[in-house]
Amino acid sequence: MAALRVLVGVKRVIDYAVKVRVAAGGGGVQTQGVKHSLNPFCEIALEEAVRLRERGAAAEVIAASVGTRLCQDTLRTALALGADRGVLVEVGEGAAPGPREAAAALAALVGRLQPGLVLLGKQAIDDDCNQTGQLLAAMLDWPQGTFASRVELEEGAVRVEREVDGGLETLRLRLPAVLTADLRLNEPRYATLPNIMKAKKKPLEVVGASELGAAILSPPRLRVLKMAEPPGRQGGERVQDVPTLLQRLRSKGRV
Amino acid sequence: MALRRVLGPGVALGRRSCCSKRPLPPDFVEALRAVVGGPNVSTAMAVREQHGHDESMHTCAPPDAVVWPQAVGQVQELAALCYRCRVPMVPFGTGTGLEGGVNAVQGGVCFDLSRMDAIAELSLEDFSVAVEPGVTRKALNSHLRGTGLWFPVDPGADASLCGMAATGASGTNAVRYGTMRPNVLNLRVVLPDGRLLHTAGPGRQARKRAAGYDLTSLFVGSEGTLGFLTQATLRLHPLPEAAAVTTATFPSVRAAVACTVQVLQAAVPVARIEFLDEVMAGACGRFSGLELPAAATLLLELHGSRHGLAEQQQQTEEIVRLNGGSGLAWAEEPEERGRLWAMRHSAWYAALALRPGCQGYSTDVCVPISRLPDVVVETKRDLQDSGLTGPMVGHVGDGNFHCLLVFDAQDPAEARRVHAFTQRLGRRALAAGGTCTGEHGVGLGKRALLLEELGQEGLDTLRRIKAALDPHNLMNPGKVL
Repeated sequence: MAALRVLVGVKRVIDYAVKVRVAAGGGGVQTQGVKHSLNPFCEIALEEAVRLRERGAAAEVIAASVGTRLCQDTLRTALALGADRGVLVEVGEGAAPGPREAAAALAALVGRLQPGLVLLGKQAIDDDCNQTGQLLAAMLDWPQGTFASRVELEEGAVRVEREVDGGLETLRLRLPAVLTADLRLNEPRYATLPNIMKAKKKPLEVVGASELGAAILSPPRLRVLKMAEPPGRQGGERVQDVPTLLQRLRSKGRV
Repeated sequence: MALRRVLGPGVALGRRSCCSKRPLPPDFVEALRAVVGGPNVSTAMAVREQHGHDESMHTCAPPDAVVWPQAVGQVQELAALCYRCRVPMVPFGTGTGLEGGVNAVQGGVCFDLSRMDAIAELSLEDFSVAVEPGVTRKALNSHLRGTGLWFPVDPGADASLCGMAATGASGTNAVRYGTMRPNVLNLRVVLPDGRLLHTAGPGRQARKRAAGYDLTSLFVGSEGTLGFLTQATLRLHPLPEAAAVTTATFPSVRAAVACTVQVLQAAVPVARIEFLDEVMAGACGRFSGLELPAAATLLLELHGSRHGLAEQQQQTEEIVRLNGGSGLAWAEEPEERGRLWAMRHSAWYAALALRPGCQGYSTDVCVPISRLPDVVVETKRDLQDSGLTGPMVGHVGDGNFHCLLVFDAQDPAEARRVHAFTQRLGRRALAAGGTCTGEHGVGLGKRALLLEELGQEGLDTLRRIKAALDPHNLMNPGKVL
C-alpha cells in the first residue's frame, strides 16, 4: 500500500461567488476577465488524497486537468495544496471538453501513470453533470464509489461510505477503483504562502490531447444551441378583496 | 432600548437628542430619485424599519427614507443634497452593530451602501486590497482563497468591512493580528458636504507613513459621525502554515485569567485566547452539543510553522499546568478547529438559550492585562450578589471581556439591577485604567461613560473636530458625542 499512486482530477471553473452573465450572442456565458478557481468538489477530492499521503497510506498524489493552457494556474493551486506533480491534457481553444471527453483523457492518463486509485469531485459547479467519475470507471472497467463521505484504505481495497437518498451506504471496493468526493468528506486546507512558493518548483507536464489517442479527439456529441437568462421579474399587483382576486385570476386564464 | 422603556424616560441613560426630528423638505424624495433612480429609493415603512435598528436592544428608530447608491459619485451627490437641505444622514452596511449605531434617532436618510461591493487593487506582493462597503469579511476571505493571504479581524457577525472600520471592530484574532485600526491603510471618505477625501492620499497604501495628521485613524471608529466610509484599503496577512486549538479547564476564574496573563508574559505568540466562565462553558457546550465541563475555561489557538507550533504547544502546556489547568487536547484538522470556534462564536445564542423569552445585553469593557484577574473576579462577585444571569466570555488576551446579560425586560426590578450593574462595571473598568468599550463602540448607550473616560478636555476636543468636519451635525446625529 505504501506504493499507492493517487490520481486526482481537478477542473477549472468560474468562481462560485461570481454573478454569471450570458455571453453576447447567447452561445454560452461570459468567461473573459471573470474570476476562475478550482472546482470545490475537486478540492475536497485533492484534500482527501493529500491526507492519505500524509498518513502514509499513499506514496504520490498526481493532479490532472483537461483543458486549455489557462488550467495551468489551477494545477499550480493543486500543487500548492499538496499534490506532488501536475499533468495538463491540453485541448484547443474553443474545444470545451465535456464529461465524455474528460473521462477519455483521464482513462488515457491512467494507462500511462498506472495509479491505484482515482479521486474526482462528484460534479463541477459549472455544468453540474455528475458524470465524469462514472464514465471513467466504465471506460476502465474499475469499481466506483461515488458521493463518498468517508474513505478508508485497506489491504488491496478501499472502504467507502456513500451518501445516498436512503441514507449512508458502505461499500468495499477492490483496488484499483474510482471514487468521487461529496461535500462532507473533509474540509480542505487553505494554500499558504510557503506552499505556493514551493509549488512553483514542482513538475507540471503538458500533454497534447492528440498524444493520448483518438478517443478524446472525436467530435463532441452535444452542441449548445442557446443560452439565455430567465425572464425579468414582473411587478406584482395588489387587489382589495377576494372577488377581485378571482376576477383577475380568471382574466389571466389561471383559473 | 429595553432598559430605557422599562425604567421610564426620567432615568438619564445618556443625553437625549432624539427630540429635534424635522420632516423632510417638500420634493426632497423626488430629488433623491433623480440621483439614484426610482428603484433605489424607498419610503416604505417596512424598509425603513428594517434600516432603523441593528442587533442591539435600542428601540428601532426608522429613517424617513432609504437610498441605495451604486457608486461613490452618487454617494457624493446624495450627501451634497442632504447637506444643502440640512437633512440628517445615516450610513448603513450590514446592520449588525451592537450599540444602535444605525438607529436614525433624528430621522433623515439612511444610505444603504451594500450595493457597492467591489473588491479592487488586490496586491499579493504588497499584502493589500481595497474593498467597498458591500464586501463582508467572510466574502473577502473567500475571494482570497488560494492566494495564501487572509484578513484576520473576525467580530461575531459577518459584518461589512467598511462598517468594521467605522466601529473600530475587533475579534478573536486581535491579540496577535490587531484590531481594525492597525489593519486599515487608507479610507475613501465622502464628507458630509459631498467632498471626497482619501485619508492617506488617493491610491496610496504605504505600510507606514509619517505624512501629516493620521486621518485614517481618525475615521476608524468614528461610527458614521464624520463621513461615509465608501472604500477601505486593508492590510492582509499570510495564512499560518499550521494551527492548533485546545480547550483547558481551570479550578477558578482567577486561575484561568492568571494563566492568560502568564502566557502573554512568556511571549508565546498566541493567535487567539478566549475565556469562558463556568456558566458560559456549560451553556456553549449544551447549545453546540459538545462535551465541555462547566468550569472556567480557556479556548486557545496557536499559529506557526510546523516546528514553531510544537514549541509553542510545549510552552503553553507548561503554563496551563502551573495554573492548575487540565484537559488539554490539541485539535489540528480544520473540521475540529471549526467546530470549537463555531461553539465560541455562538456564545450569544447559547446565553439567550439559558432563559428563553428573555432579552440579551452585552457589556464590553477592556482593562490592562495586569488588572484583569481582579476586575473579572470582582465582576463575577457583583453578578452573583445582584442575582443576575450574565455568563462571561471574552478576548482575555486583550484584557477585553463581555458579560452577556440575559434578563426579563418585562420585570422592572431586574432591568434596574442590570442597569446598575453595567454602570458599576463601566466605572470599575475606568477606575482600573481601562475603557468602557473595547470593540463595540459608543453608539447610543455609552455617551455618558465616554465623558468619564476622556474627561471634559477630551470630549471638548472631539466636539471641536466634529464641528470642523460636520458643522451642522448631520452625520449620524445622536451618536458618540
